[in-house]
Amino acid sequence: MSALAAALEGREVVVCAGPGGVGKTTSAAAIGLAMAARGRRVAVLTIDPARRLADSLGLEEIGGEERRVDPERLSAAGVEASGELWAAMLDAKRTWDELIERHAPDERTRDAVLGNRIYKELSSAVAGSQEYMAMEKLHELHAEGRYDLLVLDTPPTRNALDFLDAPERLSRFIDSRSLRLFLRGNRGSLKLLGRSSQALFAVLRRITGVDLLEDMAEFFHSFGGMSEGFERRAREVNALLADGARTTFVVVASPAEEAVDEAIFFRRRLRESGLPFGAAVVNRVHSAPGAMADPGLQGELVELVGENLARRVVRNDGDWRALAERDRLGLERLAAELEGELLVRVPDLDDDVHDLDGLVRVNEHLFASETTSRRRARLA
Amino acid sequence: MSSSLLDKRLVFVTGKGGVGRTTVAAALGLAAARRGKRAIVCEVAQQERVSRALGGVGVGFEETELAPGLWAISVDPQRAMEEYLRDRIGSRRLSELVLENRLFQYLTAATPGMRELLTMGKVWELAQLERRTPEAAPYDIVIVDAPATGHGLGIMRTPRTFRDVARVGPIRRQADIIHSFVTGPKTGVLCVARPEEMPVNETLQFRRALEADMGIALDAVAVNALYPERFSAAEAARIESLDGRGSVAARTALEAALGEHARARTQRSQLRRLRRETDDVPVLTLPFLFTPSVGLTEWGRLAAELERSL
Repeated sequence: MSALAAALEGREVVVCAGPGGVGKTTSAAAIGLAMAARGRRVAVLTIDPARRLADSLGLEEIGGEERRVDPERLSAAGVEASGELWAAMLDAKRTWDELIERHAPDERTRDAVLGNRIYKELSSAVAGSQEYMAMEKLHELHAEGRYDLLVLDTPPTRNALDFLDAPERLSRFIDSRSLRLFLRGNRGSLKLLGRSSQALFAVLRRITGVDLLEDMAEFFHSFGGMSEGFERRAREVNALLADGARTTFVVVASPAEEAVDEAIFFRRRLRESGLPFGAAVVNRVHSAPGAMADPGLQGELVELVGENLARRVVRNDGDWRALAERDRLGLERLAAELEGELLVRVPDLDDDVHDLDGLVRVNEHLFASETTSRRRARLA
Repeated sequence: MSSSLLDKRLVFVTGKGGVGRTTVAAALGLAAARRGKRAIVCEVAQQERVSRALGGVGVGFEETELAPGLWAISVDPQRAMEEYLRDRIGSRRLSELVLENRLFQYLTAATPGMRELLTMGKVWELAQLERRTPEAAPYDIVIVDAPATGHGLGIMRTPRTFRDVARVGPIRRQADIIHSFVTGPKTGVLCVARPEEMPVNETLQFRRALEADMGIALDAVAVNALYPERFSAAEAARIESLDGRGSVAARTALEAALGEHARARTQRSQLRRLRRETDDVPVLTLPFLFTPSVGLTEWGRLAAELERSL
C-alpha cells in the first residue's frame, strides 16, 4: 500500500486545503477516484463554482445533488472501481434554503425566513456564506451515512481561518440573543443593554436608516427558534473534523515560494487547532538530475544537433534546472516544517490535468508505493 | 480598448487562483508609474502578497511607496471601518464608543459580506480625487489585487447587495455610489489567466458572469507565464530522431527541450482558443519567468512587456 493510501485508510472525511491554483480540486478528485477504485463509496464535494471538478470527472454538470460518475467512463480510463464515485458542487443559496426548510420549527417561521429580504440577499450573493454551507453539507452527508468517504475540496481562502472557523462563526451569527434584543430597539430592552448600546443604537440608526434595522431585527427574530440546531450541528462538525480516527486533512501546494509559505502556514494552523494532518501533496514539481549542467554538454550537443539548436537546448536546460532548483528548495523548506510527516510529490506533467485520464496519471504518483517511487526516481 | 486600461481610475485584477494576479497587478502599477502616474496597488483579504514578494517590507494599512510613483496598501476591513465611522459620525470619541461596543463588534463580525463591503468602500475611497481621508493625496490609478474569479466577482458585487438590502438610508446611498462607480466608465476589469485548459475556461466563464451579474464588459485578459517558443516542430522531430543517443547529460537536456516544446505548443493552442472565444477583448501575453522568486526586478520586466502592449 502506498503511504498516502495508508494515511487515508479508514477515514470518513478527507479535507483538501491549500491556496488557489495548486491543483487542489484535481487532488481531491484524484483521491476520490483512487479510494473508489479501492472499493469505497466516495463523494467528492467542491465549493468552487468553476466547472473544474465536473470537467475532470467527465460529468456534464454537477449541482447541489451528488451525481455518480458513470462506471463505464471509469473503466474506459482504465479504472476498475469496485466502489462508487460521486460528486457534488455546493450551491450556497440552495443549501441555505434546504437547511431552513428542514430545520424551521414551523411553517410560519420557514416562510418568514425564506421571505426576509436580508436572508434572500445574504444567502445568495455575499461572499463568505459558502464556507458556512460547506460545513453544513458535510454534516448532513456524514449524518446520513450514504457514503464511506467524503472528500471536501475547500475554497481557496488565503486565510485558512475563514474556513476552519466557519461553524463557529455561523452559530455566533445565528445565536445572537442579545443582538435580537438590541435590534428590536425598544426602550425596555435597550436599558438592559446599558448606555453604550443605547448610544450605539442611535448611531446605527443614523448610519443605516431605521428600515434596515427593522429588517435585521425581523431576520434575527425568525432565526431565533433555529439557533440551537445551528449550534449543535456546528459543535458536531467541529468534533468530526477534530477526530483523527475519522477525519484527516491533506494540505495541497505547489513548490513555488508563495504556495510553500501558505502550506507551512496551514500546517501550523492545523496544529494549533488540534486538527488531524494526513499528508502534504505538492503538485507540479520540476526535477533535474543536478543544479549544474555538465561542462562538456555544449560541445556534445553541437555534434548531435548543430550549433544553432545546441545553443537553445543548453539555454533551455539551464532554465529548467533553475526551476528544478527552486522546487527543490521549496520542498526542502516544507519538509523541514513537516518533520518527517508524509510529503507526496507529483511531477509537473506535460499537459495540465483536466480529465479522467489525467487523474489516473496523477494517481500513479499520488499513490505510488514507495518501491515504485524509488524505481521511478532511479529511472529519472 | 486595452490602451484605456491605464487611463482608468480603478482597475480590478482577478483570475483563477495561482495564475499570478499579484504579479500582474504589481507590474500594471509599475507600468502606470513609469508613465508618470501616481499609482497604488491594493491588496485585499489580508493577503500581504506584495510585501512578501518584496521580502517582507511591511505594506500595511498605511499607504507605502515601493518605487517612484508606485504605492501599495493592504486593505484591512477593521481599519477601514474605523476610518469610515470617524468620517460619518464626525466625533472621534463617539466613533470609538461605537467601535468598543461588544454588540457592534459582534454584529459586524457576524454579518456575511461586511468585510467585503468595507474593503470595497476603502478601495472606492482611494480612487476618489477628493479623498475622504484628511490630507491624503489622490491617485491617478488604483489597482486592486482582487481575490480569485469566483470570490473576485463576489466582492465586486457586494455594494449592490447591500444597496438592495438597505433600500433607504445612508448605507443605501453610499453603497449605490460605490456600485455606480464600480460599474461606470472609470473602472476597468483585467482577468489574468494562464494558457492552460482550466484557467482559460475560468476566464471565459468570468467574462460571461461579469456581463450577466454586473452588466459590465471585461477590459482585457493578461495571459501570464507563456513559455517561449524555442524549438520549431522540425527541430523537435530532429531531436526525437536522435533516439536516445548521447550522454546522460545530453539526453536529459534534449528531453527537457522536447518537454518545453510540447508545453509551449499546448499553451499556444489554449491561447488561440482564448482569443477565438473572447471576440474583441484584447488578450495580452506575459512571458514565463524561470526565476526562483518574483520581486521588484521581475515586476519591472513584466511592466515593460505590459507597456509595449498597452
